[in-house]
Amino acid sequence: MTTPPGAGVLDRAWDISPRVSVRPESFGALLYHFGTRRLSFLKDRRLLQVVQSLAASPTAREACRSAGLAPHEIPAYERALAQLAATDMLQERA
Amino acid sequence: MTSTLPPAVPLVEHFALGLDAPICLTWELTYACNLACSHCLSSSGRRDPRELTTDEAKAVIDELQRMQVFYVNIGGGEPTVRADFWELLDYATAHDVGVKFSTNGIKIDAEAARRIAANSYVDIQISIDGATPDVNDAVRGQGSFDTAVRALEHLAEAGVSPKLSVVCTRHNLPQLDQFKALADRFGAQLRLTRLRPSGRGADVWDDLHPTAQQQRELYAWLVRHGENVLTGDSFFHLAAYGEALPGLNLCGAGRVVCLIDPVGDVYACPFAIADQFLAGNVRSDGGFARVWRESELFLELREPQSGGTCRSCDAYDACRGGCMAAKFFTGLPLDGPDPECVKGFGELALSKVAPGAAPRPSLDHSHKGGVRGGPVPLVLQVRRPDKPCDESPLSGLVPAPSNPSPRRPA
Repeated sequence: MTTPPGAGVLDRAWDISPRVSVRPESFGALLYHFGTRRLSFLKDRRLLQVVQSLAASPTAREACRSAGLAPHEIPAYERALAQLAATDMLQERA
Repeated sequence: MTSTLPPAVPLVEHFALGLDAPICLTWELTYACNLACSHCLSSSGRRDPRELTTDEAKAVIDELQRMQVFYVNIGGGEPTVRADFWELLDYATAHDVGVKFSTNGIKIDAEAARRIAANSYVDIQISIDGATPDVNDAVRGQGSFDTAVRALEHLAEAGVSPKLSVVCTRHNLPQLDQFKALADRFGAQLRLTRLRPSGRGADVWDDLHPTAQQQRELYAWLVRHGENVLTGDSFFHLAAYGEALPGLNLCGAGRVVCLIDPVGDVYACPFAIADQFLAGNVRSDGGFARVWRESELFLELREPQSGGTCRSCDAYDACRGGCMAAKFFTGLPLDGPDPECVKGFGELALSKVAPGAAPRPSLDHSHKGGVRGGPVPLVLQVRRPDKPCDESPLSGLVPAPSNPSPRRPA
């Protein structure tokens, strides 16, 4: 596959990477990747909700909808998801 | 470290107010050590008979797993001299708690290196405090440079990429480029941390802490090397020079990190082994989680800090007053400047500290009478009066430490 990991993120299906641990916090969540040793922050509870519903959603766009995001809010979340995909926090699902 | 979405409140403010669990914590498994480094932050040497048993240590790991503490920084003492070290390491990584451990390399032979290579949840860092044997051994003891290099060779042979961990001193700061070359030679990542006047570090602080000029050069060197050199966030007081160094740039004590010592005592930070910073013990009811979430000390540390006399300084937002432990063990008030304040306010404050007024650490596990081949300072030291001009007959008289164990003679 030649597409970069974050491209068209909304129309693809994703899982949280198996080596990533997600810890909810009052401000959102902490993500730690045991493979890359990277720490990431989800600075928003709704982003956590989106990330947690990815596995059960056919696309990331669906996950955003189910988290109650309005259309004008989605671009910021798209960027956040693309960044998580680019750092292997999320993995594409077939 | 990455973050997503612009936050309503800067993330660092959330961290300053504390997290549900630490991001990581330092866990010193034993006070026993084969070395007697002159600047040891935990005054290690002899094992404490009250140290956690294997089962107790496993119960702590279970708790860290439940709290989703991502990894522990294991140290000591020399953690690998514990007979159950590898057992605990495997137990932690099998329970989703990653391990980063610090060692002087004494037990890192070919087999240990292969074992580390086989466990992808383990990181190792080798301590070395000079890029040459003379500079290193003066602080860490005779032969310790060769021990560290032998360990690095075994690790390279096994395909492990370790960290090379250096405490910056007046004597080794001129060797920064040599340290980088040494790390590169073994495929290691260089990690530089700050010398604190903690443990035996208090005894050598005056002779070993960097000069103001060296601090300035260190800052420039760190900025130049960016994220290629790790610092464990320990030089955030240098952010007052201008651009912040990579990292969170805050004191994480009791907010995002803490220390569990070998007997299960929980302190706000590894450099603050003193009663004032003792939050509780993992053996008490409710265990570590309760100490982390409910101890009075930690709740107080998570309150907004006043900034005290630093508040009016234009650099306060950058350095946030510096390191709590460095202030405490040099006798400075916690709401004033760091002793190594880059604006020079620390030196001014230090000049007002009465001789012998700096608190001593609560514990001392130093080898009685030192160890064979123990450190010999690089320069012949003449015991200076505690402060210039101090010729009082009581000079050097310090209040007896609260713990009755004898201190190493100065």
